[in-house]
This record gives sequence, C-alpha cells and structure tokens, in this order.
Amino acid sequence: MNVNLLEIEDLRVIYKTDEDTIYAVNGVDMSVKNGETMGLVGETGAGKTTTALAIMKLLPERTGFIKSGRITLDGIDITRATEHEMEAIRGNTVSMIFQDPMTSLNPTITVGRQIAEVLQLHEKSKSSSEMARSVDEMMELVGIPSHRKNEYPHQFSGGMKQRIVIAIALACKPKLLIADEPTTALDVTIQDQVLEMMNDLKERLGTSMILITHDLGVVAQTCDTVAIMYAGEIIERGRVEEVFDTQIRHPYTSGLFGSIPNIKVTARRLNPIDGLMPDPASPPDGCGFYERCPKKMEMCGKKPPLFPTEGNGHAIRCWLHGDCARRGDGS
Amino acid sequence: MSALLETKGLRKYFDTPMGTLHAVDGVDLAIDGGRTLGVVGESGCGKSTLGRTILRLTEPTDGQVLYAGSDIARFSAQRMNAIRRDLQLIFQDPLSSLNPRMTVSEIIAEPLRVFKITGGRDEMDDRVAHLMKTVGLADRFANSYPHELDGGRRQRIGIARALASSPKFIVCDEPVSALDVSIQAQILNLLMDLQEEHAISYMFITHNLSVVKHISQEIMVMYLGQCIEKASSEELFANPLHPYTRALLAAIPVPSLEARKKRKGTIKGEVSNPIDPKPGCRFAPRCSLASSECAGEDIILRESGAGHLVACVKNGTSS
Repeated sequence: MNVNLLEIEDLRVIYKTDEDTIYAVNGVDMSVKNGETMGLVGETGAGKTTTALAIMKLLPERTGFIKSGRITLDGIDITRATEHEMEAIRGNTVSMIFQDPMTSLNPTITVGRQIAEVLQLHEKSKSSSEMARSVDEMMELVGIPSHRKNEYPHQFSGGMKQRIVIAIALACKPKLLIADEPTTALDVTIQDQVLEMMNDLKERLGTSMILITHDLGVVAQTCDTVAIMYAGEIIERGRVEEVFDTQIRHPYTSGLFGSIPNIKVTARRLNPIDGLMPDPASPPDGCGFYERCPKKMEMCGKKPPLFPTEGNGHAIRCWLHGDCARRGDGS
Repeated sequence: MSALLETKGLRKYFDTPMGTLHAVDGVDLAIDGGRTLGVVGESGCGKSTLGRTILRLTEPTDGQVLYAGSDIARFSAQRMNAIRRDLQLIFQDPLSSLNPRMTVSEIIAEPLRVFKITGGRDEMDDRVAHLMKTVGLADRFANSYPHELDGGRRQRIGIARALASSPKFIVCDEPVSALDVSIQAQILNLLMDLQEEHAISYMFITHNLSVVKHISQEIMVMYLGQCIEKASSEELFANPLHPYTRALLAAIPVPSLEARKKRKGTIKGEVSNPIDPKPGCRFAPRCSLASSECAGEDIILRESGAGHLVACVKNGTSS
C-alpha cells in the first residue's frame, strides 16, 4: 500500500480581518501514505492547525479562505467539495481530535451517547442494538470499561476524556485521523499511555495519522515521517530517521533541537533561537527564518529558498542545502 | 549556614463534601540563598498548593514556614505584608495573571507603588525602564497592553513585576509550560541569569522533569501531597530510586530514535484523589513493585546515600 491517501499541493490559506490579511499558510506541499503517521511540528502560529482545518474544511467562515492549492483526500479534491459532500467526508474519511479534551466534549450528554452520535450520523442503517455494541467496542478499544458509558465527561480524568475523544474520532473507522496536540494538556505518564494506545490503534485499524505537535520527542516515538513548519511553510521534511539521525538540518530545525532541555545532556544553559517568528500580516520577501537565522547570507533576505514539491526524500528549504544550494548557484 | 526558606511538617488540607483532601501532607524542605529547588509532580500532586501555602496565599493547616529564621506561618497580616516584597510569585499563564486594562509599565510599576519603594514619578519611570531592560523587553512596549504581546514577552512582564520589589525568594509556578520550546529556552536562560546577578532563590514548580534539570540544584518529587524523593539534580537523574521517579523519567518522550526502539513499560492507572488517604505508600496502587509491606504504615523519607532521600520500602530494589 504505497498510495498517497492525502496530497496537498501549494496550499495557501489567508485570514481576512478588518485591518489586515494574515498569510497563515504559504504554499504547503505534503503527502501522507496509507497507514503512515506524519508528524507536523512547529511553534505557535506556524500554521499547523490552519493546515489541518483546511483539510477538514473547517476554516472559520467569512474570515478564513483557501486562496489557492489543491487538497486531494482519498481521490477527492476537498477544495472543490460542497459543504454537503464534506459532511459525508468528515468522520467517515477524515476526523480530527483537538488539544483540549475538556472543551471538545459536550458536558450535558453521556459519553456513550456522544460516541453513538457519530455512528447515527454516518451509519444510519445500524439497528440500535448494533449501535450499542459498537459503542461498547469503541470504549473498550480505547481502554475504558464500557460500563462507564452512562457517565458524563466531568466524571472522567483528563487522560480518560482524551481517550473518549479518540473513540469518537475513530468510531466510523476514518482513513485519516488528524490529531492536533492530542497529549499536550496531559501529564507525562498519561501522555505516555495515550501515545502508546494511539500507536497500537493505528496498527490495528490501519489508520493514517497526522500528528500535530510541538514536541520533537513525541514525533521520535510515534511518527514515520515528519514535516517541520515555520511561518506558514514547510521548511524541512523527510522520514524520521533522516531528520533525527543527521546533522544536516535546516537552521531552524537545529534551533528546535537545541532548545529542548535534554535529560541526557548536562549543559547548564540552553541554546534558544533568538527573536520571534515574522508577523504573518506582512511576510518577508526572502526566507521566513532570515531574521532569526544564525547562518543567514545576503541572498536569503531577498529570495525565498526553493523546495522540491515532489518526492518524499529528506528535503530542506534553505539556500545552504542540497538542491537549493546547487540551483541557487546557477540562477 | 541556615536556609533562607524552610518548611517543617507543612500541611494544607481542604474540606470537601467527600472528605478531607490532603493537598500538602507533611512537607519538609529547605532552600539556601541563591539556590533553586525544583518541585516536580503531575497535576493534583499538590505542588502549586505547596508554593501558595509557603507564600501564605492560602493559610497552612499545620506546620512551619521559616523565612530567615522566623515562622511566617504565624505572622499577623500586617507583619506578613511587611515581608511580602521579599517573597514573590511568577505564574504559569502570563495572560490571565496580568491585568488586561493596565499597560506594561503600569503592571511593572504596581509593586513599586504598593510597597512604596520609589518616591517620585521620575524615579519610578527609571526603575520601570531598568526592569524592562533587565528582562529583555524593548522600551517601545512600555505603553502596550498584555494582549498585544506574545506569550514569551508576556512572561517577561510577569518576571519583571516579580523582580520589581527586589525579592529574595520567588516561587516560579510552571513559568514556561505555556510557551513554545524556543521561547522556553529564552525564559529559562533569563531566570538563570537573574539568579546569578541578584542571588535570588527559586522554588521552581513544574511537571516537566527535563526543564527542572537545567535550572535546579536540588529536586523534590511529589506524589499526592507528599515528597517521595529528594536529591541533588545530578544524583536524581543519574540514580533515581523511587519507582514513581523512574516512571516519570521513562515517560518523557526523548527526541532521538534510539529511545523509540527500547520502550520501557509505562505505568498503569492515574493519580487518584488525596481524600482521606489511608496510611501507607500512596503510589502503591500504580507501582509494579508494590507488596504488603507498602500498606498499613506511612512510609517515611529515608536517607540513601549522601543527601539522597527516598520514601520507598523497596528502596534499592531494581524493577
């Protein structure tokens, strides 16, 4: 199974406000194969969640727009799909789980009914006893005893709530699961449990996954491929082996690795990346990382570096690396 | 040398409809001048309550809080107010701990006004400008409001405000947890620089063991209101003795692929409520080493090697 389940080509998303236009996603190309997990890494404001919302076609109405590009999910071009078509796609082909499990569950409905709700919407043919059996199955699958289905969200801990959210997302066995910082709000030992469960489920159900996170440690433990976003662009991507086991990295990726307090290393001071991300309302002409880059050259501020749009090899969007460096000389 | 701040048998209980919640249950700690104690634990282990009880933002149920030798837990409100300028707090969420209707300079000037530290307007402006420079905030933000700044800069305001009264002791309650990694590192470096310059003592509360390693000389691990292990930072990471500490360390996702291959067993279950806890080890229900010895009697902290305290009857047994 080496088919691309999801293919994004040159995706651009903007938010329009009264004063400004925010350039949130600026030409993202990426693909996810069947059964594969891709880690989407970046800081606040890098455009990770916006990319995910574009795939779900859940960008805020009236302010968020897909300006150009194509999103092909399981053979269907999402950007052209009508809202009616999207209703069938969401939940069935793709579902999304959000960072904060407390706010994505309805506090007034029992968790069992919230899981059943998805099934009712998408699998209308099921009888109520079949439906009840599916709910039990889903709860056991995420490690919650099914006799607790008549309880309300507030009766569960944070980790349990996130498990329920995952059960809801997986109820219709979607082909792609987008998990937006699913464990960030959880304690480390609980995060460990939830990640292990997600790894296990992914193998059992064959679901592809996009795992949005800011934690490179989580990526190392769960993902097959990784894409690193900065200022609305993917600045590096590749298989995790290629990105983690190398010293050839985008300066921003190196900075990210340098910022992580590593329990194995005894250095007292950390090496943070100075400065902040550029204002998305007025993106720079050249490389988005130019202002903060310790290795910047004159040309970086003028011309955005190139990036291969195809292939799945290790690619770095930087004038110092690979194709970019070679092509840069010629032009 | 006696410690700058010390607690002895500090307890904070809350009455709830279900029973008495033992949020902080007999904690002894000592922090020397210019040093950092890291307090680590999961949500609900009582680490924030410990910090707030030490500062008397909630009243202790029992025990002593010795600051420079005197027990501030028994201070009158008036005497307490007199020493508050020495004891400050930095919060986790910079946005909700800053008044949205005050400008950056007003927020930083507030402690100066409250503690009557500066006389005239000019002196105050100078002080604020100096504080902003110290924490790395550009002058142009002086008249901005908190919502106009990003998370890292907001946290710098919180730090400047805590520094304004020239405190000797600061409780840092998860000061970097809400920030991006690259910004986290900037703030951690800033806190370490400030400590070196002004010889401030920190109690650094966090759930993230890897963050605390860099900033603390000593680390205390809490579980359900109790300190279960305490050692120097190097010792704790090199030689963790309590099964819970080991589990916490094992649960940190390490950003390298070697770690992926040798996954250690995760601990089962979740932290329960410390409501009317039974005597015995509170971690026992989740512990893979637990046996009958662990129940019945409270487990006390015992010394195991120089300065390394651990509360486990299985101490030294490897899992």
